[in-house]
Parts: sequence; C-alpha cells; structure tokens
Amino acid sequence: MKSNVGIVIVSHSPKVAEGTADMVRQMVGDEVPLAWCGGNPEGGLGTSVEAIMNAIDQAWSEAGVAILVDLGGAETNSEMAIEMIGEPRAGRIVICNAPIVEGAVMAATEASGGAALKDVVATAHELSPA
Amino acid sequence: MDANAQASVLITHEVGLHARPSVKFTKLAKTFPAQIEMALTAHGPWIDAKSIVKVMAAKAPKGTTIHLRASGEGASDALRALVDLVERDFDEGAAHARTA
Repeated sequence: MKSNVGIVIVSHSPKVAEGTADMVRQMVGDEVPLAWCGGNPEGGLGTSVEAIMNAIDQAWSEAGVAILVDLGGAETNSEMAIEMIGEPRAGRIVICNAPIVEGAVMAATEASGGAALKDVVATAHELSPA
Repeated sequence: MDANAQASVLITHEVGLHARPSVKFTKLAKTFPAQIEMALTAHGPWIDAKSIVKVMAAKAPKGTTIHLRASGEGASDALRALVDLVERDFDEGAAHARTA
C-alpha cells in the first residue's frame, strides 16, 4: 500500500539501520513503505548521499517520506539528498528530529494508520524534549 | 450513532502495555472514527488512545486495569474491539510462552 507515508532510516552503521528497520517491520508490519541505508561506500561507518537518495526512492510514497537519522553527517547528507532530489518531491520529504529507533517505530505506527506526513513527523517529534 | 461508551479491562499480558502491545493497541484504535481515550484510573488523567507516544509513555504494567472511553461514530464497537485485543493478550500469548 503506497498511500501511507514512507519511512527512511539513515544511520552511520548499516547494522543500526538494518536493526531499526527490523524493529519497525516486526512491531508495525508491512503497511508502511520502508527503506534503510548506512555506512559509506568504502564499507566503513558513515553515510552516503547517493545511498540516501536510493533509499528515498525505495520508500517513496505520494504521501511523502519521513527520514530518521542518527548523528551529524546523517542529517546533513540527508538534507543534501533532499536538495538533489529537488522539487516537487523535496517538499514532501522531512527529516525528523527524534531518536532514530524510537522515532522510526513511532513514525511508522502513525503512518500505518494513513496519517498525513505532518502528523507522522509530529509524532516522532513528541519524543524529543521540547 | 453511538454517543458515548465506556469500558475497562485488566492487562494480563506478561510485559503489560509495552512497545509491541502499544503499537497494536493504537493501530487498532486508529481504525475507528470515534474519539478514544485511555486512563490508568477511573478518574483520569485521560490520554488519546490513538497516540502511540502517549500510550507507550503510560507504561501500564501487567495487572493494571485500563479504563477506556469513546465518543462519536462507532464508539462502542471501538471499545469492544480494544477490550478484546487486551483480553487476547494482544495476540502474543502463545508466542511469548514459546520464547520464554
């Protein structure tokens, strides 16, 4: 069902990203488009703009995509990926300010009920101290 | 159309209303149009039963009676379904026994 908001998980570590995605799949189910990426092209810890763009493509939904990131570069590279994807899709891709694992599970739970992108993002943001 | 409905149910699931049960609970709640609220005492405070963040934060352990109230379309159907889910141990009872 591609009408639900998609979730993209971006971590420096492929293990963290994949493990987070596993939790989302097990706890929330298959109704939400989901993709993850982690690690740099050399196989070390890091993030890659190209991998993030591919993950966004995989999880793409007309309702938009919410991205969960871990540290610094994951966020800046995600911003760069969104910029390179450009409008009109860029306007429907949002990076959540939330802890990656909890945020992904909460955002996916909200998305599974057909919530709009802004509500999915708001649910993830509820986890962060004001 | 139902105006209001109320129900309460005892949590018998081993780990209580934790992560996975909370996800199932809120996902089911979201399938109903009614406004649904939950509380750990009959006097509140009432939280939105469709909010995964709030339901998980309630951390209701095994042995807790959760109170539910709903208003609007399908209010009593919604509560019946939610009570049912809790009484079925969120459909996890058997799986838990196997892995325990």
